[in-house]
Amino acid sequence: MSAEFDSAAKFAEYAHPERLVSTAWLAEHLGEPGLVVVESDEDVLLYETGHIPGAVKIDWHTDLNDPVVRDYVDAEQFAALLGSKGIARDTTVVVYGDKNNWWAAYALWVFTLFGHEDVRLLDGGRDLWIAEGRELTTDASDVTPVEYPVVERDDRAVRAFKDDVLAHLGNPLIDVRSPEEYTGERTTAPAYPEEGALRAGHIPTAASVPWARAAAGDGTFKSRAELDAIYRDEVGLADGDDIVAYCRIGERSSHTWFVLQHLLGFENVRNYDGSWTEWGSAVRVPIVTGAERGEVPGR
Amino acid sequence: MEQTTLPPALAEIRDDFLALGVRDRLQLLLEFSNELPALPERYADHPDLLERVEECQSPVFIFVEVADGVVHLFATAPAESPTTRGFASILVQGLAGLSVQEVLDIPADYPQSLGLAEAVSPLRVRGMTGMLARTKRQLRERVAA
Repeated sequence: MSAEFDSAAKFAEYAHPERLVSTAWLAEHLGEPGLVVVESDEDVLLYETGHIPGAVKIDWHTDLNDPVVRDYVDAEQFAALLGSKGIARDTTVVVYGDKNNWWAAYALWVFTLFGHEDVRLLDGGRDLWIAEGRELTTDASDVTPVEYPVVERDDRAVRAFKDDVLAHLGNPLIDVRSPEEYTGERTTAPAYPEEGALRAGHIPTAASVPWARAAAGDGTFKSRAELDAIYRDEVGLADGDDIVAYCRIGERSSHTWFVLQHLLGFENVRNYDGSWTEWGSAVRVPIVTGAERGEVPGR
Repeated sequence: MEQTTLPPALAEIRDDFLALGVRDRLQLLLEFSNELPALPERYADHPDLLERVEECQSPVFIFVEVADGVVHLFATAPAESPTTRGFASILVQGLAGLSVQEVLDIPADYPQSLGLAEAVSPLRVRGMTGMLARTKRQLRERVAA
Protein backbone atom coordinates (compact mmCIF):
# COMPACT_ATOMS: atom_id res chain seq x y z
CA MET A 1 0.00 0.00 0.00
CA SER A 2 1.47 3.34 -0.88
CA ALA A 3 0.52 6.84 0.16
CA GLU A 4 -0.91 9.22 -2.41
CA PHE A 5 1.52 11.44 -4.28
CA ASP A 6 2.07 15.08 -3.54
CA SER A 7 0.52 17.01 -6.40
CA ALA A 8 2.33 20.28 -5.66
CA ALA A 9 2.81 22.35 -8.82
CA LYS A 10 6.54 22.75 -8.25
CA PHE A 11 7.05 18.99 -8.22
CA ALA A 12 5.02 18.48 -11.40
CA GLU A 13 7.85 20.17 -13.31
CA TYR A 14 10.30 17.44 -12.32
CA ALA A 15 10.75 14.21 -14.23
CA HIS A 16 9.62 12.12 -11.26
CA PRO A 17 7.35 14.23 -9.03
CA GLU A 18 6.49 11.14 -7.02
CA ARG A 19 9.94 11.24 -5.44
CA LEU A 20 9.24 14.38 -3.39
CA VAL A 21 6.78 15.47 -0.76
CA SER A 22 6.37 18.92 0.75
CA THR A 23 6.36 19.70 4.44
CA ALA A 24 2.65 20.56 4.17
CA TRP A 25 1.92 17.17 2.58
CA LEU A 26 3.84 15.37 5.29
CA ALA A 27 2.13 17.25 8.10
CA GLU A 28 -1.19 16.22 6.60
CA HIS A 29 -0.27 12.55 6.11
CA LEU A 30 1.67 11.88 9.33
CA GLY A 31 0.51 8.73 11.05
CA GLU A 32 -1.19 7.25 8.00
CA PRO A 33 -0.91 3.50 7.70
CA GLY A 34 1.58 2.45 5.05
CA LEU A 35 3.76 5.53 5.57
CA VAL A 36 6.99 5.56 7.58
CA VAL A 37 9.04 8.71 8.05
CA VAL A 38 12.80 8.23 8.38
CA GLU A 39 15.25 10.81 9.69
CA SER A 40 18.82 10.49 8.47
CA ASP A 41 21.37 13.09 9.56
CA GLU A 42 25.05 13.73 9.48
CA ASP A 43 25.01 13.98 13.26
CA VAL A 44 24.09 10.70 14.90
CA LEU A 45 22.50 12.45 17.90
CA LEU A 46 20.45 15.11 16.14
CA TYR A 47 17.35 12.90 15.95
CA GLU A 48 17.46 12.51 19.74
CA THR A 49 17.30 16.28 20.24
CA GLY A 50 13.89 16.32 18.56
CA HIS A 51 12.36 14.70 15.48
CA ILE A 52 9.16 14.72 13.47
CA PRO A 53 6.48 12.90 15.50
CA GLY A 54 6.52 9.20 14.70
CA ALA A 55 9.72 9.35 12.66
CA VAL A 56 12.34 6.61 13.04
CA LYS A 57 16.08 7.13 12.77
CA ILE A 58 18.42 5.47 10.33
CA ASP A 59 22.06 6.43 10.68
CA TRP A 60 24.24 6.29 7.57
CA HIS A 61 27.23 5.07 9.51
CA THR A 62 25.98 2.73 12.19
CA ASP A 63 22.99 1.35 10.25
CA LEU A 64 23.75 1.45 6.52
CA ASN A 65 27.50 0.80 6.37
CA ASP A 66 29.01 -2.60 7.03
CA PRO A 67 31.06 -2.24 10.21
CA VAL A 68 34.08 -4.09 8.81
CA VAL A 69 34.23 -4.07 5.01
CA ARG A 70 33.93 -0.75 3.19
CA ASP A 71 30.53 -1.56 1.75
CA TYR A 72 26.86 -1.30 2.58
CA VAL A 73 24.99 -3.77 4.74
CA ASP A 74 23.95 -7.00 3.07
CA ALA A 75 20.45 -8.25 2.28
CA GLU A 76 19.87 -9.90 5.67
CA GLN A 77 21.10 -6.86 7.59
CA PHE A 78 19.01 -4.48 5.50
CA ALA A 79 15.91 -6.62 5.95
CA ALA A 80 16.47 -6.77 9.71
CA LEU A 81 17.03 -3.00 9.88
CA LEU A 82 13.93 -2.05 7.90
CA GLY A 83 11.74 -4.62 9.63
CA SER A 84 12.83 -3.28 13.02
CA LYS A 85 11.79 0.23 11.90
CA GLY A 86 8.32 -0.93 10.91
CA ILE A 87 9.02 -0.69 7.19
CA ALA A 88 7.55 -3.36 4.91
CA ARG A 89 8.48 -3.85 1.26
CA ASP A 90 5.42 -1.89 0.09
CA THR A 91 5.68 0.88 2.68
CA THR A 92 5.94 4.47 1.48
CA VAL A 93 9.13 5.82 3.02
CA VAL A 94 9.69 9.56 3.32
CA VAL A 95 13.27 10.43 4.26
CA TYR A 96 14.34 13.78 5.66
CA GLY A 97 17.49 15.07 7.28
CA ASP A 98 19.82 17.93 8.04
CA LYS A 99 22.05 19.89 5.66
CA ASN A 100 19.76 20.13 2.63
CA ASN A 101 18.89 16.44 2.90
CA TRP A 102 22.48 15.49 2.18
CA TRP A 103 22.36 12.33 4.31
CA ALA A 104 18.71 11.73 3.60
CA ALA A 105 19.56 11.46 -0.09
CA TYR A 106 22.34 9.05 0.79
CA ALA A 107 19.89 6.84 2.70
CA LEU A 108 17.42 7.04 -0.19
CA TRP A 109 20.17 5.95 -2.57
CA VAL A 110 21.01 2.94 -0.37
CA PHE A 111 17.29 2.04 -0.25
CA THR A 112 17.41 2.16 -4.05
CA LEU A 113 20.29 -0.34 -4.14
CA PHE A 114 17.92 -2.77 -2.45
CA GLY A 115 15.12 -1.92 -4.83
CA HIS A 116 12.76 -0.41 -2.28
CA GLU A 117 10.27 1.08 -4.66
CA ASP A 118 8.44 3.88 -2.90
CA VAL A 119 11.03 6.04 -1.21
CA ARG A 120 10.72 9.83 -1.30
CA LEU A 121 12.49 12.87 0.07
CA LEU A 122 10.93 15.62 2.15
CA ASP A 123 11.68 18.75 0.12
CA GLY A 124 13.54 21.15 2.41
CA GLY A 125 14.31 18.48 4.97
CA ARG A 126 14.66 18.96 8.67
CA ASP A 127 15.61 22.62 8.51
CA LEU A 128 12.52 23.72 6.58
CA TRP A 129 10.25 21.69 8.86
CA ILE A 130 11.74 23.53 11.83
CA ALA A 131 11.79 26.92 10.11
CA GLU A 132 8.08 26.60 9.48
CA GLY A 133 7.51 26.03 13.17
CA ARG A 134 6.21 22.52 12.71
CA GLU A 135 6.11 20.05 15.55
CA LEU A 136 9.17 18.21 16.84
CA THR A 137 9.20 15.74 19.69
CA THR A 138 11.72 13.83 21.76
CA ASP A 139 9.10 11.15 22.48
CA ALA A 140 10.12 7.70 21.39
CA SER A 141 8.27 6.65 18.25
CA ASP A 142 5.85 3.80 18.58
CA VAL A 143 7.16 1.17 16.17
CA THR A 144 5.63 -2.19 15.42
CA PRO A 145 8.31 -4.39 13.86
CA VAL A 146 7.30 -6.05 10.59
CA GLU A 147 8.79 -8.59 8.20
CA TYR A 148 10.93 -7.13 5.46
CA PRO A 149 11.96 -9.62 2.80
CA VAL A 150 15.62 -10.48 2.23
CA VAL A 151 16.30 -8.87 -1.13
CA GLU A 152 19.79 -8.92 -2.64
CA ARG A 153 21.36 -5.57 -3.33
CA ASP A 154 21.71 -4.71 -6.99
CA ASP A 155 24.85 -2.62 -7.42
CA ARG A 156 24.70 -2.44 -11.21
CA ALA A 157 22.18 0.26 -11.96
CA VAL A 158 23.00 3.18 -9.68
CA ARG A 159 26.39 2.35 -8.16
CA ALA A 160 29.79 2.69 -9.83
CA PHE A 161 33.05 1.14 -8.68
CA LYS A 162 36.56 2.37 -9.45
CA ASP A 163 37.01 0.10 -12.47
CA ASP A 164 33.63 1.23 -13.79
CA VAL A 165 34.81 4.81 -13.58
CA LEU A 166 38.07 4.02 -15.39
CA ALA A 167 36.04 2.42 -18.18
CA HIS A 168 33.63 5.35 -18.08
CA LEU A 169 36.26 8.05 -18.82
CA GLY A 170 35.14 10.05 -21.81
CA ASN A 171 31.55 10.09 -20.56
CA PRO A 172 30.18 12.78 -18.26
CA LEU A 173 31.51 12.89 -14.71
CA ILE A 174 30.28 15.30 -12.06
CA ASP A 175 32.56 16.20 -9.15
CA VAL A 176 30.29 17.60 -6.45
CA ARG A 177 32.97 18.53 -3.91
CA SER A 178 34.03 22.07 -3.03
CA PRO A 179 36.11 24.01 -5.59
CA GLU A 180 39.18 23.68 -3.33
CA GLU A 181 38.90 19.93 -3.29
CA TYR A 182 38.38 19.91 -7.06
CA THR A 183 41.45 21.95 -7.92
CA GLY A 184 43.62 20.04 -5.46
CA GLU A 185 44.46 22.89 -3.09
CA ARG A 186 45.13 21.89 0.44
CA THR A 187 42.95 23.78 2.86
CA THR A 188 44.24 22.30 6.10
CA ALA A 189 47.54 23.27 7.72
CA PRO A 190 50.41 20.92 6.91
CA ALA A 191 50.91 19.77 10.51
CA TYR A 192 47.36 18.48 10.80
CA PRO A 193 46.32 15.02 9.86
CA GLU A 194 44.02 14.97 6.87
CA GLU A 195 41.90 11.89 6.72
CA GLY A 196 41.12 10.36 3.42
CA ALA A 197 43.26 10.64 0.37
CA LEU A 198 46.95 10.70 -0.46
CA ARG A 199 46.57 12.83 -3.59
CA ALA A 200 44.46 15.89 -4.33
CA GLY A 201 42.67 16.95 -7.50
CA HIS A 202 39.88 15.47 -9.59
CA ILE A 203 39.12 12.65 -12.01
CA PRO A 204 40.04 13.74 -15.58
CA THR A 205 37.18 15.43 -17.48
CA ALA A 206 34.96 15.74 -14.39
CA ALA A 207 32.89 18.90 -14.28
CA SER A 208 32.83 20.75 -10.98
CA VAL A 209 29.31 21.29 -9.67
CA PRO A 210 29.29 21.54 -5.89
CA TRP A 211 26.29 19.54 -4.71
CA ALA A 212 24.63 22.34 -2.76
CA ARG A 213 24.13 24.35 -5.95
CA ALA A 214 21.05 22.18 -6.48
CA ALA A 215 19.53 23.52 -3.27
CA ALA A 216 17.73 26.81 -2.75
CA GLY A 217 18.31 28.99 0.31
CA ASP A 218 15.63 27.22 2.35
CA GLY A 219 17.05 23.76 1.67
CA THR A 220 14.44 22.82 -0.93
CA PHE A 221 15.50 21.74 -4.40
CA LYS A 222 15.80 24.46 -6.98
CA SER A 223 13.13 24.58 -9.66
CA ARG A 224 13.30 22.43 -12.76
CA ALA A 225 14.31 25.43 -14.88
CA GLU A 226 17.11 26.41 -12.50
CA LEU A 227 18.43 22.84 -12.37
CA ASP A 228 18.30 22.52 -16.15
CA ALA A 229 20.30 25.74 -16.42
CA ILE A 230 23.05 24.27 -14.26
CA TYR A 231 23.28 20.68 -15.41
CA ARG A 232 22.19 20.91 -19.05
CA ASP A 233 23.17 24.41 -20.17
CA GLU A 234 26.24 24.98 -18.05
CA VAL A 235 27.70 21.49 -17.68
CA GLY A 236 26.43 20.20 -21.01
CA LEU A 237 24.61 17.06 -19.92
CA ALA A 238 22.21 15.76 -22.56
CA ASP A 239 19.46 13.13 -22.72
CA GLY A 240 20.88 9.65 -23.09
CA ASP A 241 24.12 10.51 -21.30
CA ASP A 242 25.70 7.93 -19.06
CA ILE A 243 26.69 9.93 -15.97
CA VAL A 244 28.76 9.22 -12.86
CA ALA A 245 28.79 11.53 -9.82
CA TYR A 246 31.31 11.40 -7.02
CA CYS A 247 32.48 13.30 -3.96
CA ARG A 248 34.60 12.15 -1.01
CA ILE A 249 32.74 9.09 0.22
CA GLY A 250 29.61 9.15 -1.92
CA GLU A 251 27.24 11.07 0.35
CA ARG A 252 27.14 14.50 -1.25
CA SER A 253 27.03 12.85 -4.67
CA SER A 254 23.92 10.90 -3.61
CA HIS A 255 22.21 14.27 -3.46
CA THR A 256 23.35 15.09 -7.01
CA TRP A 257 22.44 11.58 -8.13
CA PHE A 258 18.90 12.21 -6.85
CA VAL A 259 18.72 15.49 -8.75
CA LEU A 260 19.94 14.01 -12.02
CA GLN A 261 17.97 10.79 -11.85
CA HIS A 262 14.69 11.81 -10.27
CA LEU A 263 14.31 15.52 -10.83
CA LEU A 264 15.91 15.90 -14.27
CA GLY A 265 15.11 12.42 -15.53
CA PHE A 266 18.51 11.17 -16.72
CA GLU A 267 18.13 7.43 -16.92
CA ASN A 268 21.73 6.28 -16.52
CA VAL A 269 23.19 7.94 -13.45
CA ARG A 270 25.51 6.16 -11.07
CA ASN A 271 27.02 7.24 -7.79
CA TYR A 272 30.69 6.35 -7.31
CA ASP A 273 30.71 5.87 -3.55
CA GLY A 274 34.40 4.99 -3.40
CA SER A 275 34.81 8.59 -4.52
CA TRP A 276 37.88 10.64 -3.73
CA THR A 277 38.89 8.69 -0.62
CA GLU A 278 39.43 5.74 -2.95
CA TRP A 279 40.48 7.44 -6.18
CA GLY A 280 42.87 9.85 -4.45
CA SER A 281 44.71 6.94 -2.82
CA ALA A 282 44.58 4.39 -5.63
CA VAL A 283 47.84 3.59 -7.45
CA ARG A 284 48.28 4.91 -10.99
CA VAL A 285 44.80 6.24 -11.63
CA PRO A 286 44.85 9.49 -13.62
CA ILE A 287 44.33 12.74 -11.72
CA VAL A 288 44.01 16.33 -12.90
CA THR A 289 44.78 19.36 -10.73
CA GLY A 290 43.65 22.94 -11.26
CA ALA A 291 40.36 24.40 -12.40
CA GLU A 292 40.30 22.80 -15.87
CA ARG A 293 38.46 19.56 -16.44
CA GLY A 294 41.43 17.96 -18.20
CA GLU A 295 41.62 15.37 -20.98
CA VAL A 296 40.87 11.68 -21.13
CA PRO A 297 44.28 10.01 -20.76
CA GLY A 298 45.50 7.80 -23.60
CA ARG A 299 45.14 4.10 -22.98
CA MET B 1 46.26 2.56 28.07
CA GLU B 2 48.03 3.27 31.36
CA GLN B 3 45.16 3.76 33.73
CA THR B 4 47.42 5.17 36.41
CA THR B 5 48.01 8.36 34.42
CA LEU B 6 44.35 9.03 33.67
CA PRO B 7 42.96 11.91 35.77
CA PRO B 8 40.03 10.87 38.00
CA ALA B 9 37.35 12.89 36.18
CA LEU B 10 38.23 11.38 32.81
CA ALA B 11 38.38 7.90 34.34
CA GLU B 12 34.95 8.40 35.85
CA ILE B 13 33.48 9.57 32.55
CA ARG B 14 34.95 6.53 30.83
CA ASP B 15 33.59 4.17 33.48
CA ASP B 16 30.15 5.79 33.23
CA PHE B 17 30.05 5.18 29.49
CA LEU B 18 31.34 1.62 29.73
CA ALA B 19 28.75 0.75 32.37
CA LEU B 20 25.96 1.43 29.85
CA GLY B 21 24.60 -0.43 26.85
CA VAL B 22 25.17 1.02 23.39
CA ARG B 23 21.86 2.87 23.19
CA ASP B 24 22.26 4.46 26.61
CA ARG B 25 25.79 5.59 25.77
CA LEU B 26 24.22 7.73 23.08
CA GLN B 27 21.85 9.24 25.66
CA LEU B 28 24.75 9.98 28.00
CA LEU B 29 26.58 11.69 25.15
CA LEU B 30 23.46 13.77 24.58
CA GLU B 31 23.49 14.80 28.25
CA PHE B 32 27.08 15.92 27.91
CA SER B 33 26.09 17.80 24.78
CA ASN B 34 23.42 19.71 26.69
CA GLU B 35 25.89 20.54 29.45
CA LEU B 36 28.48 22.26 27.25
CA PRO B 37 28.78 25.71 28.80
CA ALA B 38 28.40 28.81 26.66
CA LEU B 39 31.58 30.68 25.82
CA PRO B 40 32.63 33.43 28.23
CA GLU B 41 32.04 36.83 26.71
CA ARG B 42 35.70 37.53 26.06
CA TYR B 43 35.72 34.68 23.54
CA ALA B 44 32.17 35.02 22.29
CA ASP B 45 33.16 38.45 21.02
CA HIS B 46 36.45 37.22 19.55
CA PRO B 47 35.86 34.26 17.29
CA ASP B 48 39.34 34.92 15.83
CA LEU B 49 40.93 33.60 19.03
CA LEU B 50 39.30 30.22 18.61
CA GLU B 51 40.80 27.37 16.65
CA ARG B 52 38.67 25.30 14.33
CA VAL B 53 38.90 21.54 14.80
CA GLU B 54 39.21 20.37 11.21
CA GLU B 55 38.86 16.70 12.10
CA CYS B 56 35.22 17.28 12.96
CA GLN B 57 32.66 17.53 10.18
CA SER B 58 30.76 20.11 12.19
CA PRO B 59 32.16 23.53 12.94
CA VAL B 60 33.65 23.29 16.42
CA PHE B 61 36.10 25.77 17.85
CA ILE B 62 38.32 25.46 20.90
CA PHE B 63 40.51 27.70 22.98
CA VAL B 64 42.83 26.72 25.82
CA GLU B 65 43.70 29.03 28.68
CA VAL B 66 46.23 28.51 31.48
CA ALA B 67 45.73 30.45 34.71
CA ASP B 68 47.94 29.82 37.76
CA GLY B 69 49.07 26.56 36.24
CA VAL B 70 45.50 25.31 35.79
CA VAL B 71 44.09 24.47 32.37
CA HIS B 72 40.74 25.79 31.13
CA LEU B 73 39.32 24.50 27.87
CA PHE B 74 36.61 26.47 26.10
CA ALA B 75 34.66 25.08 23.19
CA THR B 76 31.72 26.02 21.05
CA ALA B 77 29.72 24.08 18.49
CA PRO B 78 26.25 24.66 17.07
CA ALA B 79 23.16 23.07 18.59
CA GLU B 80 22.67 21.22 15.30
CA SER B 81 25.85 19.25 16.07
CA PRO B 82 25.02 17.49 19.33
CA THR B 83 27.61 14.74 18.87
CA THR B 84 30.42 17.23 18.43
CA ARG B 85 29.14 19.26 21.37
CA GLY B 86 29.09 16.08 23.44
CA PHE B 87 32.73 15.32 22.60
CA ALA B 88 33.75 18.87 23.48
CA SER B 89 31.78 18.75 26.71
CA ILE B 90 33.48 15.54 27.83
CA LEU B 91 36.87 17.20 27.39
CA VAL B 92 35.78 20.45 29.04
CA GLN B 93 34.52 18.57 32.10
CA GLY B 94 37.30 15.99 32.13
CA LEU B 95 40.08 18.56 31.91
CA ALA B 96 38.66 21.00 34.44
CA GLY B 97 41.19 21.86 37.13
CA LEU B 98 44.05 19.81 35.68
CA SER B 99 47.62 21.03 35.49
CA VAL B 100 49.36 21.50 32.17
CA GLN B 101 51.40 18.33 32.62
CA GLU B 102 48.34 16.30 33.56
CA VAL B 103 46.61 17.33 30.36
CA LEU B 104 49.68 16.62 28.25
CA ASP B 105 49.85 13.17 29.84
CA ILE B 106 46.30 12.19 28.83
CA PRO B 107 46.65 9.22 26.50
CA ALA B 108 45.96 10.25 22.90
CA ASP B 109 43.61 7.29 22.53
CA TYR B 110 41.38 8.27 25.44
CA PRO B 111 38.41 8.92 23.08
CA GLN B 112 38.68 5.34 21.82
CA SER B 113 38.32 4.02 25.39
CA LEU B 114 34.77 5.33 25.90
CA GLY B 115 33.05 2.53 24.04
CA LEU B 116 31.51 4.90 21.51
CA ALA B 117 32.78 3.24 18.34
CA GLU B 118 29.67 1.09 18.05
CA ALA B 119 27.21 3.78 19.10
CA VAL B 120 28.66 6.63 17.10
CA SER B 121 31.13 5.02 14.64
CA PRO B 122 34.96 5.12 14.76
CA LEU B 123 35.05 7.85 12.10
CA ARG B 124 33.07 10.23 14.28
CA VAL B 125 35.10 9.40 17.38
CA ARG B 126 38.11 10.61 15.42
CA GLY B 127 36.71 14.12 15.76
CA MET B 128 37.21 13.92 19.51
CA THR B 129 40.73 12.58 19.04
CA GLY B 130 41.47 15.65 16.92
CA MET B 131 40.02 17.91 19.60
CA LEU B 132 42.24 16.40 22.28
CA ALA B 133 45.34 16.60 20.07
CA ARG B 134 44.69 20.27 19.27
CA THR B 135 44.09 21.04 22.92
CA LYS B 136 47.48 19.59 23.80
CA ARG B 137 49.17 21.42 20.96
CA GLN B 138 47.69 24.74 22.07
CA LEU B 139 48.84 24.02 25.60
CA ARG B 140 52.40 23.40 24.48
CA GLU B 141 52.31 26.69 22.60
CA ARG B 142 50.97 28.57 25.64
CA VAL B 143 53.61 27.07 27.90
CA ALA B 144 56.42 27.79 25.44
CA ALA B 145 55.32 31.39 24.92
